[in-house]
Amino acid sequence: MVLAAVVLACLVALVVLRPLVEGPGREVEEDARRAELEAAKEAKYREIRDAELDRGMGKLSAEDHRTTDRELREEAIEILRELDALEGRSPRA
Amino acid sequence: MAFAGTACLLVGLITALYAAVASIAGARTGRRELVVSGRRAMYCLAALLIAATAVLQSAFLRSDFSFKLVAEGSSTDTPTFYKVTAMWATQDGSLLLWALLLAVFSSAVLFLTRRSLRDIAPWATAVLGTLAAFFLMLMLGWENPFTTLAVAPQEGAGLNPLLRHPAMMIHPPMLYTGYVGFSIPFAFAIGALITRHTGADWIRATRRFALIAWTFLGAGIMLGALWSYTELGWGGYWAWDPVENASLMPWLTGTAFLHSIMVQEKRGMLKVWNVSLIIATFVLALLGTFLVRSGILESIHAFGASTIGVQFLTCIIVVIVGSTALVISRLPHLRSESRLDSLLSREAFFLLNNLVLVLLCVFVFWGTFFPLISEALTGTEASVGPPWFNAVTTPLALVLVLLTGIGPVLAWRRITPSGLRRVFVAPAGVTIVALVVLVALTNAEDSVLALAMFCLTAFVLTVVGQEMLRGTAARRVITGDSWPKAAAGLLARNRRRYGGFIAHAGIAVLFLGVAGSSAFLQQRDLRLSPGDTFRAGGYELTYERATARLGGDGAGTGAPIAFGAVLTARKGSESFTLHPSRNFYPTRDPSKGSIGRYFEGEATSEVDVRWGLHRDLWTAVRPDISQLEGPIQEANRKFADSSGDVQAVVIAAIAERYRTNPPPAAFRSIVSPLVAWIWIGGGIILLGALIAAWPTPEARVRRVRSLYRARVGRELSGA
Repeated sequence: MVLAAVVLACLVALVVLRPLVEGPGREVEEDARRAELEAAKEAKYREIRDAELDRGMGKLSAEDHRTTDRELREEAIEILRELDALEGRSPRA
Repeated sequence: MAFAGTACLLVGLITALYAAVASIAGARTGRRELVVSGRRAMYCLAALLIAATAVLQSAFLRSDFSFKLVAEGSSTDTPTFYKVTAMWATQDGSLLLWALLLAVFSSAVLFLTRRSLRDIAPWATAVLGTLAAFFLMLMLGWENPFTTLAVAPQEGAGLNPLLRHPAMMIHPPMLYTGYVGFSIPFAFAIGALITRHTGADWIRATRRFALIAWTFLGAGIMLGALWSYTELGWGGYWAWDPVENASLMPWLTGTAFLHSIMVQEKRGMLKVWNVSLIIATFVLALLGTFLVRSGILESIHAFGASTIGVQFLTCIIVVIVGSTALVISRLPHLRSESRLDSLLSREAFFLLNNLVLVLLCVFVFWGTFFPLISEALTGTEASVGPPWFNAVTTPLALVLVLLTGIGPVLAWRRITPSGLRRVFVAPAGVTIVALVVLVALTNAEDSVLALAMFCLTAFVLTVVGQEMLRGTAARRVITGDSWPKAAAGLLARNRRRYGGFIAHAGIAVLFLGVAGSSAFLQQRDLRLSPGDTFRAGGYELTYERATARLGGDGAGTGAPIAFGAVLTARKGSESFTLHPSRNFYPTRDPSKGSIGRYFEGEATSEVDVRWGLHRDLWTAVRPDISQLEGPIQEANRKFADSSGDVQAVVIAAIAERYRTNPPPAAFRSIVSPLVAWIWIGGGIILLGALIAAWPTPEARVRRVRSLYRARVGRELSGA
């Protein structure tokens, strides 16, 4: 049992300690932020679609939909701006 | 081979502790390599526990009785199907299953979030690693599934006959998947609180895991109910048993959590509710596991007094105290970002939904732990039974079904009065029509509560159908598609919304079944001789003859002997036969004799059910084999040392004596209206949950393209 444990421990150590020797690898700070922004963008798009659907079904008045839609699209634009900044793009004039 | 399993557990414990320590160190120092190392440790833990499980399953399949677990829970004649399930029929094996599922789920979520939640994920890893270490310590210290026997017996004790049912194959893994699954959002909630990043990021990352956990827990509860209905011989599906309640409580708070997080995602509200709900759900999941392990409450599920009850209780207390302290310390970061615009809004009704579900959970908790509470306060242990539970939960269940109908029709922020009128006209109309028809054409008004539930079911189903229809019509205006294409497109592009609506419809259908089968059930308990006839629920049943079967168990339970009956049932032009029986499993107690042990071991009811959408006819028999006592004792004396073939002939002769000259047998017959809709409703809920959990293809493609664009950008700038 001791031998089995030692062998397993060595195998685990090879995998687990590798980042300490080689560094964290391809992980980049930007990738993490990009993933979070992409998720936030999808969520915002979903909210915009939900509001459009609610308007189409008569649950939201035209005025409420305009207000909601404007707010949601502004929030989506902020997310896209941050995404573009990460990718080094600037908006067209 | 057992040593290999124990080695996996030991190395697994060290690995889990390393994962926790490395992740915390990485989070505090900002050293990403430590965080990555901690995450890899969780991957390795999953691999180690998969290996350990493979070792144990191999032992069961090989009937290696040097393993104590295999000797106590399996035998050479246990069907292969049940050899696999035997692992989680025992405390030790189920702890291994818990740890395995935890490690696998943790690895999955950490892999999926490896490029995001850089601040939160390390703390979540630490929580998950610590939890895994706790279960590994339980196994290594007290309940090692790889314990061996000094002398391996020739034969094992066999699987508990009550557990030889297909539902038992997957009921525990389903429940544990639910319990363990909720540890993922719990861990990320703790990480969010520690790092003060209390926005919706942690919810978005773990929502799908919470939904999967809720779905599996619900499926596990349904399978348990189905097992109870078809295996336990009392004819019911829910007895408010403590362990049944223990699985229901986290499902209730988990349901509240799944709804409440939508409000935080969309409006930045109910943050305190959400962290509190997921903490409560996780604690209740641990509590559910504790109740089974500790033997603290009497239950058919309990494993009896156990060696790890104190340890579980300590863990629960630590989680409650630590989490509560953390929430209180982070209250300033949990303030809502928006205010409630209107009471006629989806947010307001989700809040009401939270209150109802939590109140239901509180009542169930009170009733479950009342024996302990009364003993602590008065010195006398008192308990509450199904009548109390039904009385307090039924009104809340009615409110809950009503809310499942109202929630979908409301809009976020507010719905206009005209919009409200428009969405409620048809459902209200259908409900009134349903009420009139039920009162005029049925005896539903004999139970006011059942009648109310039937009407609410009509209300909810109309709401869901209306939402689908209006949504499709709205999509047609935008896209110009045909009706079928617009409906498919609506479902595909709004999976969370319409998957949720389908699940709501399933809830209503399920409660329709509960109401019908509870309020209008008809039960007869009689003693009958062959040729006797009785009436039950409009059926005329005749006990035609007794049966005795040796071997060849069609249900695959491995029972060598079964005594039963053939009944003929008639109702109008309908006629069919029923074959209830009782399986007898041999005991290893030598005092029963070499022949008697086949008749005096454990016995289980094998009920026969005539399933139907309108009603079920359920029958069970308890044969009286006391008159066989004399022949059995004589056979014990004469054939104690005979060969197996001779003993088999003797047993067959005794069984034939019962078949040809049976004494009166005890029968239970139950006519249960609408009970099939419980299982159908459960299936609809599962379908809705799967639709809601399925990722949308466009989102996946956009995410992948974005990552490739980023990679191209990096590589070009580095060239």
